Amino acid sequence: MSASPKILSQPLVRLTYRHSLPVRLTHWINALCLFILLMSGFQIFNAHAALYWGDRSDRDRPLLAMQSKLAEDGALIGVTTILGYQFTTTGVFGVSTDSEGRTMRRGFPSWATIPGPQWLAMGRRWHLFFAWLLVINGLVYVLYALVSRHLTKDIIPWWRDLRGIGRSIIDHLLFRHPRGEQASHYNVLQKLAYTMVIFVLGPLAVLTGMAMSPWLNAVIPDLTVVFGGRQAARTIHFISAFAFVAFIFIHLFMVAVTGLWNNLRSMITGWYGIRDVGGAP
Amino acid sequence: MMRKAELARRRFLSRTLAAGATLLLAGCDKLSRTEWFPQLLGSAEKLNQTVHHLIAPRTAMAKEFGEADLSPVFPTNGTSDPENSDYRAWAANNFADWKLAIGGLVEQPGSFSLAELQGLPARTQITRHDCVEGWSAIAKWKGVKLGELLQRVRPLPQARYVMFFCADPMDESGQKYYESIDMEDAFHPQTILAYELNDQPLPVKNGAPVRLRVERQLGYKHAKYIMRIELAESFENIAEGKGGYWEDQGYEWYAGI
Repeated sequence: MSASPKILSQPLVRLTYRHSLPVRLTHWINALCLFILLMSGFQIFNAHAALYWGDRSDRDRPLLAMQSKLAEDGALIGVTTILGYQFTTTGVFGVSTDSEGRTMRRGFPSWATIPGPQWLAMGRRWHLFFAWLLVINGLVYVLYALVSRHLTKDIIPWWRDLRGIGRSIIDHLLFRHPRGEQASHYNVLQKLAYTMVIFVLGPLAVLTGMAMSPWLNAVIPDLTVVFGGRQAARTIHFISAFAFVAFIFIHLFMVAVTGLWNNLRSMITGWYGIRDVGGAP
Repeated sequence: MMRKAELARRRFLSRTLAAGATLLLAGCDKLSRTEWFPQLLGSAEKLNQTVHHLIAPRTAMAKEFGEADLSPVFPTNGTSDPENSDYRAWAANNFADWKLAIGGLVEQPGSFSLAELQGLPARTQITRHDCVEGWSAIAKWKGVKLGELLQRVRPLPQARYVMFFCADPMDESGQKYYESIDMEDAFHPQTILAYELNDQPLPVKNGAPVRLRVERQLGYKHAKYIMRIELAESFENIAEGKGGYWEDQGYEWYAGI
């Protein structure tokens, strides 16, 4: 994360080499994979826009369902049912219009799916290809991060990091972001978030995906049992997708509010600018 | 001043992101319609098949459930009553004069009445049916073990696939449903031609008189309304050449995932 400082013409800003090439490459491949997996996943979900617990899909009691029904005036309305509570979600879930303005009965709208039109076979192709790419890319990253000690030095929160978590939470809430030398390494909340995504959320999404494979069920039946059955695994897979969405939103928000161009540049070229705070340690 | 610049910057960023995403999506749709890209994506199917077979013992069994796990209703998907006059005539007579023909790369082609099939070694299993659409249902199936049946017609060594030709026309062209599995799946102990569902004769809506159960693969492999079985070295010259009706529409031949 730190290398020989370069002096810029602008006073008091020095560039430090923050992200190594393997980290930058795997970051962008990962971003592409997540984008495609998420949206092709919505395409696949749309083929049966309901979630259940256990091994069976008992259609009279879904945990979540995106459906459509006819209103009294004959208009189609989208209805989303979550744990028995019904919400009208016309335009987004259940009923939405496609790019040509046609009203469609579908779970997620066409702007959220790959491909746009209802096309399960193609969605599966995208999903199953980029799932492999995500896993291979993830393994390459973790292996590199282990060998280069990036993982132990920069990512994993240790006790000394965790002791400062209270202050870090308050700082984040007050939008007081680390500056100067402190901005050259990740803070404890960042470390926690990245560690959770790499070692909990990522594996959870992959394993619940694998738990839906009937072939793998025969080879490793316990994998499906652990998650509570195939339909439960599908539900957890869906929730893990939304946990990724939440992470991505927070990640992009933090990137934007803590120096957008500086952050972007550092993930593209590796160089991160630090404004030295006079006198501060 | 700074705030204004910052706001403009953020607006620029969010617009760029939105425009980028729209372009990316349009690009994905365009790629989906090319010849080469779906083929590239399809390489994952071979990878899945290879890896799955590497880690699975030949006889890895699909999980079997108990009576308490049965779905209250086993859904009907796809064809529920084939639009085929021959089929309807057989069905009207409870398939008493229907016969299953087995031919192709076998030493002794033959045909079997429903009563004859029911007289062969059978297997009963309670398994989970996983549709490619995403839903699952659990049901009890009884049927003749496909391996036992095939042994009676003695497959030739060149035979690599078992093809199932069905009664139900799928589109205006009159193309009927068909499917194929490899010999490994054909001789798997849980692969049966089911003639009973939940202790009742297999209903028409679920594929009477016999349907395939090839546990460990998705629902569309489990061909309903089977009329004829043929052993083949390749399925390249059958219909669109992908080994099944849904495979011809772009679904994977290997449906273990």
